[in-house]
Amino acid sequence: MTATRPRIAVKDLTMAYGSVVMQRDVTFSIQPGEIFIIMGRSGCGKSTLLRHLMGLVRPAHGEVFYEGERFWAASATERARLMQRCGVLYQSGALWSSMTLAENVALPLETYRTLRPRELRAVVSLKLALVGLAGCENLYPFELSGGMRKRAALARAMALDPDLLFFDEPSAGLDPLSSRRLDELILELRASLGATIVVVTHELASIVTIGDNSVFLDAETRTMLAVGNPKTLRDTSPEPKIRAFLSRGEADTTTV
Amino acid sequence: MYPTRDLTHTPYALHYDRPGDDTLVVRLAGSWTLEDGLPATTALQEQLDGTPRVWRLSFDAHDVTAWDSGLVTFVREVVEQSTSRQIVVDQRGLPAGVQRLLALAAAVPEQEAARHGDARRPWLARIGTAVLSGWQGAWDLLGFIGETVVAGRRLMTGKARFRRVDLALFLQQCGAQALGIVTLISFLVGLILAFIGAVQLRQFGAQIYVADLVGVGITREMGAMMTGVILAGRTGAAFAAQLGTMQVNEEIDALITMGIPPMEFLVLPRMLALMLMMPLLCVYADVVGMLAGLLVSMTLLHMPLMAYLNETRQAVHLVDGGIGVCKSVVFGALVALAGCLRGIQCGRSAAAVGAAATSAVVTGIVWIIASDGLCAVVTERLGI
Repeated sequence: MTATRPRIAVKDLTMAYGSVVMQRDVTFSIQPGEIFIIMGRSGCGKSTLLRHLMGLVRPAHGEVFYEGERFWAASATERARLMQRCGVLYQSGALWSSMTLAENVALPLETYRTLRPRELRAVVSLKLALVGLAGCENLYPFELSGGMRKRAALARAMALDPDLLFFDEPSAGLDPLSSRRLDELILELRASLGATIVVVTHELASIVTIGDNSVFLDAETRTMLAVGNPKTLRDTSPEPKIRAFLSRGEADTTTV
Repeated sequence: MYPTRDLTHTPYALHYDRPGDDTLVVRLAGSWTLEDGLPATTALQEQLDGTPRVWRLSFDAHDVTAWDSGLVTFVREVVEQSTSRQIVVDQRGLPAGVQRLLALAAAVPEQEAARHGDARRPWLARIGTAVLSGWQGAWDLLGFIGETVVAGRRLMTGKARFRRVDLALFLQQCGAQALGIVTLISFLVGLILAFIGAVQLRQFGAQIYVADLVGVGITREMGAMMTGVILAGRTGAAFAAQLGTMQVNEEIDALITMGIPPMEFLVLPRMLALMLMMPLLCVYADVVGMLAGLLVSMTLLHMPLMAYLNETRQAVHLVDGGIGVCKSVVFGALVALAGCLRGIQCGRSAAAVGAAATSAVVTGIVWIIASDGLCAVVTERLGI
């Protein structure tokens, strides 16, 4: 049986800011349709790893592969083309503050698709309705609450129906119920679009609910400690740090 | 016992006892709060270093009427000084709340890596760092200019990606909304030039040449330069602040990950707007400046209107106006370049946005003056 090519693969990745190494020798692969969690203590470099995968930062060492192709060996235009198929949800939304919600969602559509104005408005309406913001087309980001901004940013990330999504701390600042609804939305995206989703998150409930595969980054040794299903890691990992993290510091739960 | 307040504000009292040869008891009384002030620790240091040698230290806080973080801070200082002298500290005489807070403060070990170097680096190191960052700055600038040229080429072929509505907005901001201040300043400059010229030339009976002075001075130099400096201050800073704030909010990252190059989407419309509006503003400034000169001539020198206008027409050639307008286009590009460069280079804090705006104005003005000098040399060589 031939294995399908991983949607994203990372090999011996080393991330550094100048001379300070954040993480080294990180290796994992993400299969198509998988929900992959990047976890670790605060300050270990999770968001930095995400930025390397998204094409914002060049690695100090190592390779990032998109469907087998070396990402950073490609030209800038080629990289931009690869990133067109990705949607990104930033931690604070990163909506363009001088544009309305409709204009925010419309920008990727205008850039990469030719649509007549009426069609464009209809698609924008649909995207906003899918995240529960129908009718908010003409509001500016500063007029929205934090949760609404997140949802608007999600609508924008979904504008081109991407098959690869990056979520940077999606539940940050959300109440438990909204966080749960977001988890359900993530699972729905995977089910209906077959999307591959890479999530950086601390929320334990989300990690075990939605995560198929994960990587644990350690801040002290500055390397990854384990790759695997979060539930399996929580129950059977030989690393005490991982078990402590995933059980929120409860007594060790080593099961045989 | 929780932090309390003593409304009578009994002042704090601090006594040191030496009951045994090697024990020091620190007696605390009164109100130990931040409000009421804390004692210095110099007396404590003398006690700790006194003879005979102190090996144990304990506290007696029975008479403390009120305490808050002030007491905790003082006790923490005492504990630090004692531990560095290998003195054993017995905390049992302190209020329970204070002991718990001290334990909490000591729970997580100090993060060594996070402590920034406060010591002043030697001057040689500072010179070296300045040179290196200057070199890096020049390199970044070169890269930015290159990217702008590439984006400009895409503009020529019609493939540049920016919103038409953004361009329209910037045209309005740079052009129409700048008319007020441009009017004011070019009027004043014309007035000043004419006035100074009039006072001097009148002595020789050559006051007719005020028209030449104002006409040639404004069209060749001052019109373009004053407009450039005005727009550097008003629009260059605005661009830097806009782009800097977008950088802080990750909005520029969002453009990059969406495959929209920030150079084309953000920088091109701004540069285009400035390069289109500057020549128009320059011509307008020229006219207003010369009108100011006319006003001075007519009121101060009692020169007839037609005399001034005829003299101006003879002195000012198309070349002069043309040079001024060409320079204004260059200045517009430089102001846009400076503003956008500083904005995109901006750090990720509010203070950084302010620094970017300031830097944009200074950089823009410096570049304007430098290129003006260059133009002067070139036109002199060319004999125009």
